[in-house]
Amino acid sequence: MTAVLEIEGLRKTYRSRKRGTRHALDGFDMRVEAGQVHGFLGPNGSGKTTTLRTLLGLIRPNGGRMAILGHELPQALPTVAGQVGAIVESPQFFPHFSARDTLGLLAQAGELPRQRVDEVLELVGLRDRAGERVKTYSLGMKQRLAVASALLKSPKLLILDEPANGLDPGGIREMRSLMRDLAASGMTVVLSSHILGEIQLICDSVTIISLGRRVAFGPVEQVLAAHSHGTVRVRLEAVTDLPQAAETLTRAGIRVTTTEPDHLMLGGVDKPATVSRLLAEQGLYVSELTPVAVDLESVFLELTATAPVPGQHRQVDESTRVAEPGVGGSTGGGWGA
Amino acid sequence: MSLFVTELRRLAKRRLTRLLLVLLVLGLAGVATAFSFSSHKLSKEVVAQAQATADAQYRQSVEDWKKSIATCEAAQARGDQDIEERFGPNCGRDWMPQPEMFDPKWSLPYQFDFRAEFPMFIAVFAGAVALFAFLVGASFIGAEWANGGMMNLLLWRPKRLAVLGTKLAAVLTTSLGVSLVLGAFWTLAFWLIGTYRGTTAKMTAGAWQSIGLDGLRAVGLILLIGGAAFALASLGRHTAMALGAAVAVFGISEVAIRIAVGVLKVQFGDRYVLSTYAQAWFTKQVELLDYRACEFAKGECHPAQLLITWQDSALVLGLGGAAVLIAAFWAMRRRDIA
Repeated sequence: MTAVLEIEGLRKTYRSRKRGTRHALDGFDMRVEAGQVHGFLGPNGSGKTTTLRTLLGLIRPNGGRMAILGHELPQALPTVAGQVGAIVESPQFFPHFSARDTLGLLAQAGELPRQRVDEVLELVGLRDRAGERVKTYSLGMKQRLAVASALLKSPKLLILDEPANGLDPGGIREMRSLMRDLAASGMTVVLSSHILGEIQLICDSVTIISLGRRVAFGPVEQVLAAHSHGTVRVRLEAVTDLPQAAETLTRAGIRVTTTEPDHLMLGGVDKPATVSRLLAEQGLYVSELTPVAVDLESVFLELTATAPVPGQHRQVDESTRVAEPGVGGSTGGGWGA
Repeated sequence: MSLFVTELRRLAKRRLTRLLLVLLVLGLAGVATAFSFSSHKLSKEVVAQAQATADAQYRQSVEDWKKSIATCEAAQARGDQDIEERFGPNCGRDWMPQPEMFDPKWSLPYQFDFRAEFPMFIAVFAGAVALFAFLVGASFIGAEWANGGMMNLLLWRPKRLAVLGTKLAAVLTTSLGVSLVLGAFWTLAFWLIGTYRGTTAKMTAGAWQSIGLDGLRAVGLILLIGGAAFALASLGRHTAMALGAAVAVFGISEVAIRIAVGVLKVQFGDRYVLSTYAQAWFTKQVELLDYRACEFAKGECHPAQLLITWQDSALVLGLGGAAVLIAAFWAMRRRDIA
């Protein structure tokens, strides 16, 4: 497939006399294929917005390579800008301008036909409120306006930072449907969001960033599969047989991660049928053998080490640091550290 | 070109721009209207009346003088002691009022003289429009930076210097347009005041040329202030930066430097004060005098002089404006937009 967006070894370092040196991006890699809806995930302060701003020419990188639609950035940014629609964080608008004025000014600056304004207003559901001042809008309506501004130039690549922020449940569903429709029409969408359930539903692939480095990437199903760890839950007909079952499985090289009063949790099980066979050979009969599915949220929390720990208050920069690029960890085709 | 037109539209659509424009028009109209009531056409009747008033005052004064002498002589006859203190030497006979001491002009109402006084009103106009240009210039870019509009625009037009330059051009064009249109009305208003409630005498081609040059210098100052405010707000990425800088410049230039040159007894200390150059810009030149070497006990003194011309002002104000503009464009090119 053709890569619409490529980032290799991107670095951005902030130096401050007071706070010292901080690597916002530390050799970050990312690749988005054409026509995909790509989720871009990371904890607060991990470098998501810095990546997007750098990509869009708002921040000057210290190193690395970026390309959009095959054009090297930032040199070719003026050439490709007309094909990239973006909202970065929640954009603010002049409160006393109407949505139509706001988009009209952007359309004029971009030399777009005036009718395009009405088309995108219809698309994001603001048609009937387009003449009202933005200051009367709810957060969700402002978010719709932001998405409309990004869609205005019919981009080939759409970059949306937290587009569902402030949307009501209906709005979130509409946004999901819109993303799907846009992708189906051939548009590539990069979606940064903390609503991981949405990402799992919408996205074809994801990139997860932590402390300025990629910790996982690839199609959503593969990322989930790669981090399920072959976890299996086993129940027996007789609960009293659980200790013997645990011993049998351990002897056979299967890792028993947890022994509960009524079941066992096993890890690293490639073929659950093996478990059934081993136990049956010992006269132990399985009543339940369930592979435990993981969701994107648990994978995210595991990869970024940001799961809440009772009694601890995690600080913003306390998340996973992956190994130096090329020294283990995630490389092309792998699934992160 | 489309971006320039867009920015002009954006600037014109801003509520602050419209509000300030309305206030500016109302303020200028108010000044012109109020001033028109204070000026009175000097007709022959008014001049004759003033002459009659002056004559009457002269006659009354002579009568009073004669009465004073008579009172003095009576006191002398009574043998009073403090006569000289009360009436002066020789009973004040030497102080007879003279007709020229009662100029009829003093009895005339004020009449606006277009030729002599309109340049001062050009300065008033320039001050008001410069304030408009300052606030509009600073808030236009300051609000764009503060609310993310600048970032949004750069996503569409990722040419930083071109975007900033276009916005600056929009501010300067608007300021120029407002200056020219309102300036024309301002001139017309005072011409009418001069015609109907004052005088427009001696308005030769040379006088008009001089007024035209004054107007040009006023427009130059308005554009400089608008551009500098724009640059300062862009540097600080907030409208308040320009306002703060203006207060700081005023405080440093008009207060701190004045105190410092006074304490240090610096010769021609006012040459380090910005308002001297603003004044010279309008009055064509300002003469600074240094009386410190004068010994008045030895007679007349001719103090050392320093002439600040409008060309000096152009250099100082131009360099200052250019410096902040260059800094703003340099920062736009170099700084991250976060």
